[in-house]
Amino acid sequence: MIDSLTHLMGGFGAALTPVNLLFAAIGVLLGTAVGVLPGIGPAMAVALLLPVTYAFDPTGAFIMFAGIYFGAMFGGSTTSILLNTPGESASVMAAIEGNPMARSGRGAQALATAAIGHFVGGIVGAIGIVLLAPLIASVAVNIGAPDYFAIMVLAFVAVTGVLGSSRIRGFASLAIGLTIGLVGLDPISGQARLTFGVPQLADGIDVVIVAVGLFAVGEALWVAAHLRRTHQEVIPVGRPWLSKADVKRAWKPWARGPFIGFTFGSIPAGGAEMSTFMAYVTERRLSKHPEEFGKGAIEGVAGPESAASASSAGTLSTMLTLGLPTTAIAAVMLAAFQQFGIQPGPLLFTNEPDLVWTLIASLFIGLVLLLLLNLPLAPLWAKLLRIPRPYLYAGILFFACVGAYAVSGQAVDLLVLLGIGLVGFVMRRYGLPVLPAIIGVILGPDAELQLRRSLQIADGDVTTLFSTPLAITVYTIIAALLLYPVIRTFLKPRTRADA
Amino acid sequence: MTVVEERTREKQSRLREHSELGVSLLLFVVGVLVVVDTALESGGSSSDPIGPRTIAFVLGGALLLLSVLLAVDVLRGGHGEAEAGEDVDLGTPADLRTVGKLAGVLIATAALIPLLGWPVAGTVLFWGAAATLGSKTPARDVLIAAGVSLVTWIVFDGLLGVDLPGGPLMGVFG
Repeated sequence: MIDSLTHLMGGFGAALTPVNLLFAAIGVLLGTAVGVLPGIGPAMAVALLLPVTYAFDPTGAFIMFAGIYFGAMFGGSTTSILLNTPGESASVMAAIEGNPMARSGRGAQALATAAIGHFVGGIVGAIGIVLLAPLIASVAVNIGAPDYFAIMVLAFVAVTGVLGSSRIRGFASLAIGLTIGLVGLDPISGQARLTFGVPQLADGIDVVIVAVGLFAVGEALWVAAHLRRTHQEVIPVGRPWLSKADVKRAWKPWARGPFIGFTFGSIPAGGAEMSTFMAYVTERRLSKHPEEFGKGAIEGVAGPESAASASSAGTLSTMLTLGLPTTAIAAVMLAAFQQFGIQPGPLLFTNEPDLVWTLIASLFIGLVLLLLLNLPLAPLWAKLLRIPRPYLYAGILFFACVGAYAVSGQAVDLLVLLGIGLVGFVMRRYGLPVLPAIIGVILGPDAELQLRRSLQIADGDVTTLFSTPLAITVYTIIAALLLYPVIRTFLKPRTRADA
Repeated sequence: MTVVEERTREKQSRLREHSELGVSLLLFVVGVLVVVDTALESGGSSSDPIGPRTIAFVLGGALLLLSVLLAVDVLRGGHGEAEAGEDVDLGTPADLRTVGKLAGVLIATAALIPLLGWPVAGTVLFWGAAATLGSKTPARDVLIAAGVSLVTWIVFDGLLGVDLPGGPLMGVFG
């Protein structure tokens, strides 16, 4: 505890250099700008901005990432509030109450509520990381390969089975991701798998190319096929501010949101999507003005928005301590870590304490900058919504190509990028969720490694996989998740009779 | 709307409903590919009990199983929900020609990078994509495309140290 604080102070010392502050500010501005752009969600924003960070040392890069992450989350909400067509599921809740607020001339208040919500949620979430992450890491240091394998299987099942409407499609997406992850030389035996004799495939398909392909190129192609030809109405907005009455109604939701957000963000159960939804439902239930919900209730913006930022922090906490990405953005960030040769996980806190604590300190700095920059800049961000769509999507394709090319400097990679983009297109067309695929690509090879390592240690004895209490607990949870729909069908007649 | 239009629309929508079987076919083909490729490779060593092939076989099998399950689901009337978005109008049929043209632009870019370098290839990419997506101002597009491309090249190659080839045209600066 005291130890954490000392480390954190050290982190602040490292993060508060002029250069690092500049990185944080650039990250926040870039993240917000890219996040505000319609059609670009936080995951795509982080994926597209990856190449920008190649030139920096890991510390600078991750300081920038922290800013991009929170900036992109806030930017997404701005779009939802002013356009009413949320780009990603996490900002659906912001649109439900925020857009009616904007329509009735309270757009400035909606944006201010969202911005302060993100600030409060992010700060509480970052405090959560400071308090909990070292604890989780110290416990996790002792867990072995079988436990890891179990936790990764849980991540697969959770992102696939819990989210989305169709499990078959979710698992199909996961299988596609795992297959892409299989391409290349097997790290243990050196055996080539699915390379078909193509030398470029021996190193596997770079995770960055997969992420950019699925998110950016896939999205651009998908939008191109269904481009809205009519212009959408953008609600003009002034400088955000809040009256005393607004603050009085919003402060409790701001304070409640982070606890919901951090909890749901840190477990593999839907990240910001689940968090904002739960926060919204909670606020609607607790509100003194339930009749206003759906028509622009400020509580319905405040709660979900502070939950959204806190869930980002929760997601980061799990990613840093266990190396487990629970959302698409975390998956892309994990890819970024791997790009720098850093493996997040329990050992990260002992191996790279300076990096981790500087990153955590820069979360606080990034959030302060976010609030300071975004309140005055809101009218400017709103202008970004008017960018002509051909330029927007041409730009997305352009920077996707820059990112893919920068990975290894081979033009062939653009063809791989296009191929994966087409897969992303087909997935969007037929309702295959993208998240399981990207989690599969990133965690798949690692999961296989843990599985084989456990079996190597146990001399091929399969029971080793169920030999620890943690593993058994995790497999029980997995079984419950998988069997839940079956159980639910049994319960359904009864609930209907009740109603 | 005439009767003929109505009919073609109906036909199209039926075609679209069953086009999802294509996804199932895709999973099947990938599954076969994984299984065959794995079967052709040799196994692991004794120190590695399950070797490099087991997971691949399991995955291939899973792909085949999922392709069957998906086909059954589609034939029983299930369908995946197309993704909505800010700029997505699902009321219109998919404009695959635009997608094809964009793919062509990307392929052309990949071919042009080694020949002419990033600034030129990037200009072609941005301009081609903007034109494909319905921009009606070719002169302004070229200027913006060249501007974006050149600035990106200078920032990445010059300032950030990310190696992007300048090509013969940039030789004057080099």
